[in-house]
Amino acid sequence: MPGPKIGVYVCHCGSNIADKVDMDALRDFAGELPDVVVSRDYKYMCSDPGQDLIKADIKEYGLERVVVASCSPRMHEPTFKRACEVGGLNPYLMEMANIREQCSWVTVDRGGATRKAKALVRSAVNKARLLEPLEDKSVPVDPKTLIVGGGIAGIEAALKIAEAGYKVYLVEREPSIGGQMAKLDKTFPTLDCAACILTPKMVSAAQNPNITLLTYAEVEDVSGYVGNFEVTIRKRARGVDEKLCNGCGTCQEKCPIKVPNEFEEGMGLRKAIYTPFPQAVPNKPVIDRENCTYYKTGKCRVCERVCPPQAVRFDQEDEIIKERFGAIIVSTGYQPFDPSVGKQWGFGRYDNVITGLQFERLSNASGPTGGKVLLKDGTEPKAVAILHCVGSRDKNYNEYCSRICCMTSVKFAHLVREKTGAKVYDLYMDMRTFGKQYEEFYNRVVAERDIYFIRGKGAEIMEDPVSGGLLVRVEDTLLGVFREIPVDMVVLNVAMCPRPDAQEVAQKFGIQRSADGFFLEYHLKLEPMKTANEGVFIAGTCQAPKDIPDTVGQGAGAAAEALKVVLLGKVTVTPTTAEIRETLCSGCRMCIPLCPYTAISFNEAKGVAVVNEALCKGCGTCAASCPSGALRVRHFDNRQLLSQIEGVCAE
Amino acid sequence: MTDARTKGAGPKAGLEGGTEPEAGAALKYSFFPGCSLHSTAREYHETAVKSMAALGVELEELEDWNCCGATALSSADTLLSYALPARNLAMVAEVGRPLAVACNSCFVTLNRANAVMASDTPWRKKVQEALAAIGRRLTRPVEIRHTLHILRHEVGLDRLREKVTRRLEGLKVAPYYGCQIARPRHQWGDPELPVEMDEVLAATGAEVVRYDRKTKCCGGALMTTKEDIVLSINEELLREAKARGADIIAVCCPMCQMNLDAYQGKINSRFGTDYSIPIVYYTQLVGFALGLDEAEMGFSRGFVPATKYLRKYA
Repeated sequence: MPGPKIGVYVCHCGSNIADKVDMDALRDFAGELPDVVVSRDYKYMCSDPGQDLIKADIKEYGLERVVVASCSPRMHEPTFKRACEVGGLNPYLMEMANIREQCSWVTVDRGGATRKAKALVRSAVNKARLLEPLEDKSVPVDPKTLIVGGGIAGIEAALKIAEAGYKVYLVEREPSIGGQMAKLDKTFPTLDCAACILTPKMVSAAQNPNITLLTYAEVEDVSGYVGNFEVTIRKRARGVDEKLCNGCGTCQEKCPIKVPNEFEEGMGLRKAIYTPFPQAVPNKPVIDRENCTYYKTGKCRVCERVCPPQAVRFDQEDEIIKERFGAIIVSTGYQPFDPSVGKQWGFGRYDNVITGLQFERLSNASGPTGGKVLLKDGTEPKAVAILHCVGSRDKNYNEYCSRICCMTSVKFAHLVREKTGAKVYDLYMDMRTFGKQYEEFYNRVVAERDIYFIRGKGAEIMEDPVSGGLLVRVEDTLLGVFREIPVDMVVLNVAMCPRPDAQEVAQKFGIQRSADGFFLEYHLKLEPMKTANEGVFIAGTCQAPKDIPDTVGQGAGAAAEALKVVLLGKVTVTPTTAEIRETLCSGCRMCIPLCPYTAISFNEAKGVAVVNEALCKGCGTCAASCPSGALRVRHFDNRQLLSQIEGVCAE
Repeated sequence: MTDARTKGAGPKAGLEGGTEPEAGAALKYSFFPGCSLHSTAREYHETAVKSMAALGVELEELEDWNCCGATALSSADTLLSYALPARNLAMVAEVGRPLAVACNSCFVTLNRANAVMASDTPWRKKVQEALAAIGRRLTRPVEIRHTLHILRHEVGLDRLREKVTRRLEGLKVAPYYGCQIARPRHQWGDPELPVEMDEVLAATGAEVVRYDRKTKCCGGALMTTKEDIVLSINEELLREAKARGADIIAVCCPMCQMNLDAYQGKINSRFGTDYSIPIVYYTQLVGFALGLDEAEMGFSRGFVPATKYLRKYA
């Protein structure tokens, strides 16, 4: 019995493939393979005339299978699938042979490349012969979007979606939205205050009827798939009835317990019942149960007594919210690098060695010093060193550049000069002022008096044991000398790091992490907000270090991605998933924990595993592990794969 | 395995000596003293061997050992700077016990040769050829331990505390490790601010003062060629020790001891200071605390004698 009629199309890709692979030989070789009724080569198969060749041949030769030998399927598989579909052939009857990325681009050996291209084409023809027609499916979409993390990225995304008329749940772990940006003082390069530009957005987010704000809350569980994520959210008990509380602040005033304030980076104090900062949204306090006297001893209750609207609720319990969402945006932000791990910086040992965020709080008018840059003993510094790249661009810690530190350093230098009479020493390795108006800002600060830019990495901070002052050691690479600079304050501009719970969050949302620990985007350049989990998007510094403009851009971009899902109302689910032949399944459940997408569950009644086709990505892990061969991945089943191997190995 | 460890039975190199000691069994190491411990640092040699013995650790001197090449050789002849310590390591492998080293410089040099033997660089082959020429063989790295590390981690602080008979209460000690012991990361917790010697000294009852410059370089052999620079960095080391209230500085490296001790007078006349801080090896203090004969601890050997601080505990 003759096999299906196959057409083979060999692409030159300009000179990308043709330079290394003998196109005529490859075309003729393909033409001689069994069942191949037509084989052609063309300069650009992806161009319209290239695609037209396929469409015409399907009609003229009655092609039942198409093989395109060109680039990676990640580039043009959709193009050729569509061409087949238009030509009247089921798109899943098309197979690609990658003779560019896996062949011509990785060798200088023309003869070898041609031999390998032949093997790849023979392999693809073998598989094509066994392909089956498959149909795309579509599922309806819930029109709500979940945004996890209420920093500037999450706020921006929430506002964009809400303003487009769609519902958003914005979940924030802290008592207030605002994220790290809320801690900042002035922002580069324009020196407008962070609160002035952030708080209007925070208030808009709280007031927009399309946004449900869940602060002091965390996502506990995510299941389901694009269009239909089932999410469980735990809203922790504030100890305060949010509806009754009018945010008057009397409770905070009267509370007798003082503990270090996380929002002030440990420098100021807060009460046990508190809002993290004056412009908090919502402006409703929470009771910190670890430190509150009532929860420790059963006594006190001062806040309850003084609260005018009687809103304090000691017995309030966590609330569990279960909702369905069409799309998810993860914008969980970053963790500042902890410089105490590197003893050379003396952080934690020397009082006046502080981090950049601590400097932001000192400089901030609502911070612990009311906006004055002061030493620990309350006096004004006379010389301040600012160190770039602390924990960044350093193979001992993080190899990457944290991108914001050059500009924050330049900004700090300016602020120190503005607020004190201190000399400033800015220790940089390279000055990377890449953004709009950044270089101009740098040039402005360079011209200021008593700011000394020294090219060299601040190597070490020592204390002068006699005077108690600090000595910063640096190799001045422009002068070619070692310098030891006496200062009384050092600001460490620390790296932006992944959050400590990044792995847990990644697992929860089915996303991956890159080698640096940040969340992995689908494509570094072209799909920065998408992830491998369809319908889950990332935005802001959870993806990589970035400044406010870039973070806001990604927040808006992620909103567009989420809107694309919810606006269409349905999503297409590819049919190249795993399927279970129930008669073969022994119910051993080995596949269930192996599935990276939690797509397999167990049907107790039937005693067999069940694949959720909307969740399955067709990776094949389950099929490879199934001891009884009950699992099969459509479009990549054992017969098809073995025929490919035979095709590669045959000479 | 046993036959392979005896000399002449086809030496078998490697970490075979590096297995965990059996519970209760005495610890036994091959010991590489190095040139300094046979000359300027005799008190280090004697007190290391004696105090370790008092703690149940036998240091058996490696037979026919040779100079490790120290810091100087690596800039003069790279192959020789690997091959000299490698010869010692080959002999350690023949004995079949892990190696104990007291001198920081030897420790680094021997470890460097070890790293070459663990690498796949061309040097590995060249070193093996050099060893073959003298009828020796080394195929794998050898386990190397600093005596301070053995004291802290093999003997342990509990055993040390138990054996202390003279508690050095009130003696203020600045722990000075020198630059080589903790770098690159061998066995130490932190290359910038290690704490192992602090812990050992505290176990003798002494008061260990804060000493931020504990891993700063003493200048080493550059004292002979760049005296100005090296005097000033030693002055800085003494300055912090004095500012922190230290009576004495404890060291674990003969080079550090010599620079800080022998040149203290010169530092005083150069900088107009009046330092009089004895520089002793931590093994001297440990041995003394363990109740060993004061006269054998060499406290009067230094240019700045330590006797006046220690007599009262005798």
